[in-house]
Amino acid sequence: MNEVGISLDTVWMLLAAMLVFWMQPGFALCEAGFTRSKNCANILMKNFVDFMFGSLLFFFIGFGIMFGSDILGGFIGLPNWGDLSFYEGDLPVEGFLIFETVFCATSATIVSGAMAERTKFSMYLVYSAFISLIIYPIEGHWTWGGGWLCNDAADSFMMTTFGDVFHDFAGSAIVHSVGGVLAFIGAIALGPRLGKYSKEGKSHAIPGHNLTLASLGVFILWLGWFGFNPGSQLAAAGEVNRIAISHVFLTTNLAAVAGGVATMFVTWMRYGKPSLSLTLNGILAGLVGITAGCDLVSPVGAVIIGLVCGVVLVFAIEFIDHKLHIDDPVGASSVHGVCGILGTLMTGLLSTSNGAFYGGGWGFFGAECFGILVIDLWAAACGLILFFGIKKLHGLRVDARIEEEGLDIYEHGESCYN
Amino acid sequence: MKKIEAIIRKTKFEDVKDALLHSDIDWFEYHNVHGIGQSREERIYRGVQYSTDVIERVALTIVCRDQFVDPTVKVILRVAHTGEIGDGRIFVSDMIDTWSIRTGENGDTVLRDKK
Repeated sequence: MNEVGISLDTVWMLLAAMLVFWMQPGFALCEAGFTRSKNCANILMKNFVDFMFGSLLFFFIGFGIMFGSDILGGFIGLPNWGDLSFYEGDLPVEGFLIFETVFCATSATIVSGAMAERTKFSMYLVYSAFISLIIYPIEGHWTWGGGWLCNDAADSFMMTTFGDVFHDFAGSAIVHSVGGVLAFIGAIALGPRLGKYSKEGKSHAIPGHNLTLASLGVFILWLGWFGFNPGSQLAAAGEVNRIAISHVFLTTNLAAVAGGVATMFVTWMRYGKPSLSLTLNGILAGLVGITAGCDLVSPVGAVIIGLVCGVVLVFAIEFIDHKLHIDDPVGASSVHGVCGILGTLMTGLLSTSNGAFYGGGWGFFGAECFGILVIDLWAAACGLILFFGIKKLHGLRVDARIEEEGLDIYEHGESCYN
Repeated sequence: MKKIEAIIRKTKFEDVKDALLHSDIDWFEYHNVHGIGQSREERIYRGVQYSTDVIERVALTIVCRDQFVDPTVKVILRVAHTGEIGDGRIFVSDMIDTWSIRTGENGDTVLRDKK
């Protein structure tokens, strides 16, 4: 690799890292807008904590667990204890660490919305440390860290079983479904907000306080995704890379718009009016869905993934809210959990190189099914232990009085609107 | 001396305001008010249908000399009218006295006479 080439790759990676970092305010605004004004400072604070804890812990330990040499039979990598010298790669290790840090923080911040308006702030800190320290880096080690799910040696488990390795280009499974599954378990452990369900089990609407903020948040996330997906190529120099990142830009955008359009029309038909709050989720659903296969599917395939995610999203939100009675104020478990899983599976079907619909046989689809199962079982197991453990030992939820009057004043002593 | 209170549609406020300024009213107050009535508005948030009985209207308060009551009421009746349920109400009541803070005067003379 020539000097200019590697410099171009580095600049592209750092630029993409900036865009992915910019997804943090996107999440913050989106979640703030979908919740009530009395809890606004709390949810903003949680979004900052995710990034602060994520950056520190991933730098000290998580980076090594994810990318270090195998220990414990490849279950985790060797923690780096703040030392970056172990990493061998063409790209500068500091830049690569930043790039991976923002992905870790994205996974962590998904949960805050689902647990909004009723979680003890101190206990949220415990969760936030756990995901950046243990949950995300370990499953990341199995995949992007070169671990067993992505080991393409001829005698590896994945190659002998499926004839293909698990593929998740930018993190539908590794980042989003993990955040979504944890969001789901967290919301179960907490229970619904006061007043969300009547005694007869009827779901009540608790409108968010500012859909303008939520809309801006979604636009910001959308922009951030142009770093999240194309940046995951980790290279820009040369013909192969410049075509690849351009392709990923296109598939990313097509899935986003297809997801939004699908949700808009489904809500129009089901509820009589096109719903803004759900269309915002639909756009994110398309983006989450395309993230796994944005490099492998055709532009038409991207539209299909977006449409499927946008339609399924509406029914997933309805099912979780009306049938399961799990209160997820921002729809994180549907957007990131359900559509993250869906996007990973559809990559196995729609990949133009080895997907089942393109004559690639069912081996790759099997690898995708197995990979997402392993990753999400891991996330679910960790979530169950973590959230129900906290609930048992200390209590996860604030007192009813604090919840009624707002977390801002009682948990932080300041409010967003004065 | 009378007090006229009118509850009108928010969408009709600009028209009523202009019409009142063109008649002989030199000052009136208005408030955004929330009322609770029998009619309900259907809303949907994130797929959950709910109805709200809160109805948003504008309340005008006008104090004027007796001879202006009729023309003022007529202006509001004409301009704030759509014919649909929910156009609003006008209430007229006696006003015992009025004082001007600047001059210390009281009674009818404080209020505007014909142009």
